[in-house]
Amino acid sequence: MQLVQASGLVKTFSRLRAVDGVSLEVSRGEVVGFLGPNGAGKSTTMKMLTGFLEPDAGTASIAGHDVFSDPIAARRHLGYLPEGAPAYGDMTVADFLAFVGRMRGLSSAVLGERLAEMVERVNLTAVWNRPIDALSKGFKRRVGIAQALVHDPEVLILDEPTDGLDPNQKHDMRELISAIAPGKAIVISTHILEEVEAICSRVVIIAEGKVVADATPSALLDAAVVDGQRPTLETVFRSITGSKAA
Amino acid sequence: MKTSFRTIALVFGREFRAYFATPLAAVFLLVFLALSAGLAFFAGGFFERGQADLGPFFAWHPWLFLILMPAIGMRLWADERRSGVIELLMTLPVRAHEVVIGKFLAGWAFTAVALVLTMSFWLVTLYLGSPDNGIVLASYLGSFLMAGAFLAISACISAMTKNQVIAFILAAIVSFLLVMSGTNLVLAALRGWAPAFVVDLVQSLSFITNFDRLTRGVLEAPAVILFLSTIVLALWINVQVVDAKKAA
Repeated sequence: MQLVQASGLVKTFSRLRAVDGVSLEVSRGEVVGFLGPNGAGKSTTMKMLTGFLEPDAGTASIAGHDVFSDPIAARRHLGYLPEGAPAYGDMTVADFLAFVGRMRGLSSAVLGERLAEMVERVNLTAVWNRPIDALSKGFKRRVGIAQALVHDPEVLILDEPTDGLDPNQKHDMRELISAIAPGKAIVISTHILEEVEAICSRVVIIAEGKVVADATPSALLDAAVVDGQRPTLETVFRSITGSKAA
Repeated sequence: MKTSFRTIALVFGREFRAYFATPLAAVFLLVFLALSAGLAFFAGGFFERGQADLGPFFAWHPWLFLILMPAIGMRLWADERRSGVIELLMTLPVRAHEVVIGKFLAGWAFTAVALVLTMSFWLVTLYLGSPDNGIVLASYLGSFLMAGAFLAISACISAMTKNQVIAFILAAIVSFLLVMSGTNLVLAALRGWAPAFVVDLVQSLSFITNFDRLTRGVLEAPAVILFLSTIVLALWINVQVVDAKKAA
């Protein structure tokens, strides 16, 4: 069974067709890097995968549950980091994560265990009892990751998880994602191509709402070999999306 | 319709605490106490009347609430939308109506705190004379119900925008219309051309008229039903708005 399955997703805002027939399948153990220029439809696609937005056409399911007809079951298997890692700024990190965990139906005993694991894994000890409003961007992002992981979901959808992090924090975040990847299906959107090479087992590139490439990073590079020279991922990205974006 | 009371309780707890996380709660409670006391004493002639009752105090509640309830309700949804937390909240395994009810009850409980704090007036009248305690209780209940109706309308409007100021102004305007609909100003304007049943309908929807009935000490079913059904209707619309935003 594919943990994430989407077919023919379409979304139109007023007259702009933001997503135009995107299909995507992610199986257990895969980390899919979701790439594309700004405005290509990455976030909109992710919002439809999570069921936050209803598509005009197409279907999406998480762990076998349709996200629109059976949303509660689908969302139980889902951890989602929305763009910008929003959180309740007036709550402390501890209160916020406990709130999300309880809303996800964790019992007090399990919640305690999971929170203890989150403190360690996502490295939140220093800010545990601080209000989220007072945190740096890096810590806020980590709180966002922690809330997505608190119930140990099978499917993770992370919208720009490393945006705004410094190089050390980016490194830590990649380590974390790689560490939890086995056993989960993960979709991350990013602008950072080195990140894709570092942690993703597959690359999906979208431009103007359509999937224009779907392959492993190395296959993508091999396909673009010119004169026996393997180009960088950036060159490939630019050649695939550049003409359209321009 | 399946409902998780646990989710409602969790949302309620979070939202109720959120009122006290900022100075907003203290400011609101102070303003409410100061205004309700000030209006009762200075504009309502609380002492000059020579009667130990709370009439002058409750008479101002429709006018106070039409400003204060939008202030309590405006952040409930608009702020979630502005900060993006709505995306996180609505992708949790929860149903829209559970969140709507939890948020509303939090605001309503906060209102109850404000009303309980005004009970010192009651103590004053008990000291000064012997007020009709049945009337006072009925008035408090009526005030609480009317506040709930204003709050439900404000929460519903808050769900339509990401701008708290717009939410506040729109909610205050709608509340104002509901208060004014029982006044002669509005009714006279209608009487000229509208059929009698329309005039009666508009008058029967008036928050002031219905609240006045309750403050006279009669727990009249129509007044209670009006406020309760306004709450239910506004919250139902609130759920529809939250759901409709998914398709937007």
